Amino acid sequence: MARTTTTTATPMPAEASGAHLGWNLARDVGEVVEYHFMVNALLAGAVVAVMSGVVGWLMVLRGETFAGHTLSVMAFPGSAAAALTGIPAAWGYIAFCGAGALAIGRLPAARRGTWAQESAAVGVFQALALAIGFLLVSVYGGVLGDLDSLLFGDLLGISDAQVLALGGLAIGVLSLLALLGRPLLFASVDADVAAARGVPVERLSLVFLLVLGLAVAATSQITGPLLVFALLVAPAASAQLLTSSPARGLGLSVVLGVAVAWLGLGLSYFSSYPAGFFIATVAFALYALARTIAALRRSRAVRGRVEGVLEPPPRGVIA
Amino acid sequence: MLSHEFMRNALLAGTFVALACGVCGWFVVLRGQVFAGDALSHVAFPGALAAAVAGIDVRIGLLLATVTGGVGIALVGRGALARRGGRGAGAAPADDTAIGIAFTFILGLGVFFLSRYSTSAQGASGIESAHALFGSIFGLAAGEARLAALVGLAAVAATLLIARPLLFASVAPELAGARGVPTRLLGVGFLALLGVVAAVAAQALGALLLLGLLAAPAAAAHRLSRSPAAGVALAGALAVVSMWAGLALAYAAPSLPPSTAVVAVAAMLYYGTRWLA
Repeated sequence: MARTTTTTATPMPAEASGAHLGWNLARDVGEVVEYHFMVNALLAGAVVAVMSGVVGWLMVLRGETFAGHTLSVMAFPGSAAAALTGIPAAWGYIAFCGAGALAIGRLPAARRGTWAQESAAVGVFQALALAIGFLLVSVYGGVLGDLDSLLFGDLLGISDAQVLALGGLAIGVLSLLALLGRPLLFASVDADVAAARGVPVERLSLVFLLVLGLAVAATSQITGPLLVFALLVAPAASAQLLTSSPARGLGLSVVLGVAVAWLGLGLSYFSSYPAGFFIATVAFALYALARTIAALRRSRAVRGRVEGVLEPPPRGVIA
Repeated sequence: MLSHEFMRNALLAGTFVALACGVCGWFVVLRGQVFAGDALSHVAFPGALAAAVAGIDVRIGLLLATVTGGVGIALVGRGALARRGGRGAGAAPADDTAIGIAFTFILGLGVFFLSRYSTSAQGASGIESAHALFGSIFGLAAGEARLAALVGLAAVAATLLIARPLLFASVAPELAGARGVPTRLLGVGFLALLGVVAAVAAQALGALLLLGLLAAPAAAAHRLSRSPAAGVALAGALAVVSMWAGLALAYAAPSLPPSTAVVAVAAMLYYGTRWLA
């Protein structure tokens, strides 16, 4: 098992390490977009954040967080297998995440929407996927190179072709969701009533898992398999804490996602630490902020109600 | 096989770590806390790396991270996780979300420590992180193996000690609360205990793979037996069998990492029981 790895999680290239944040924001932004790799990273980050903002919102609504995490872990053996066979990493991600979605979708829980009972099955599946990934890495260590960039992503290696492929994938996923939007929302909010009204709940839930697999595969390329949740769950969960309207929630989730991705990338550019760390930290701070706002609102609403009871009603009402 | 000292150490530590994983895992599956176990196992990675950066014993970092993580999950979860079948409780998916975001942040911290560590100790960082993520059971020294075995045994004893009230509190939390069982304290205590188990298991199997040994034998036992006593015993036995078979396989095929072999055997046992039942 004594593999030697040379570099670790996404070090910034030499020319960028001299950069430091000044007071002139316009100049700083100008400096960031001067580098082609940064433009690609920002574009890919935005595309992925939009897609995972929408898909993540639905995933949180459906309570499939653990399934989403397991699918994201599938990306690790996917990227290892792709590196091994020499095909582009994106195909490895998509193949393994898609296969994972189909496998999880076969569980009875996925069809009935009762994840809590089957979480052990999902957990076993996840551990097995990681074990296979590690097997690939340790058997073909020399070919695969860096374990940490397989697990935590390598933002700076994103090519033009990859940005285009991500864009195409995002358009496909989003138009599919737009097509299925209403029945899917119905089935997610109340599966029983939806089934009674003739909505094909089981088929929808398999399709959604596949979509989730694709979104996770795309997000993995930015954050690495282990940090997918930073873009998939945190913006969506924050949006759901702040608004209960589906349209506004989806919009907010997308906006927050792009903000997290860009802020994380920007911070990483101006420091010597990897982007995954900043994206995860910004996402966590955002969620903590959203929880605080939601708690404040709740306590104010309660106080408002209490005051409304104590105060005498406006005169017009009685008269 | 037993003539090698590293193999004897691995078997000694592995047996008791597996026993602890199986016994604790049975309750994890019963309480529907597999995702919490997953989060705890991920928390071990930054713990180990933070300790490596600070230059203290990695085991202390592991233990601190996982026990803090366990207590944190228990407190944030507000006991809602303790209820079985999250659908009825309604709160479980929200808890999963909060846990998921928190552990992503903590894993992100792990990446941060990794890059700090790689600037301070060139070259060693890759191996350190591979060990933290995927374990190094064949690299245990005799003293480390004895300590891991002792901690594993103590965790089993502690779990069995609180088994009766924990079972009551897991199956019927409201009723247990009404009968004066301290369900909240038990929930926190159990996750702290799970943190200890995760810390020893992380050394052997790694932060990413220990979930396999926690979930697979226990889930298989739940499928095979409805009786709690038989279930706990079966989960422990299946975990130990997975560990032995995995270690033997890894010994026979040197390119097969031991943690992969152990998790693969455990998963196969689980799929076997699914197929049977």
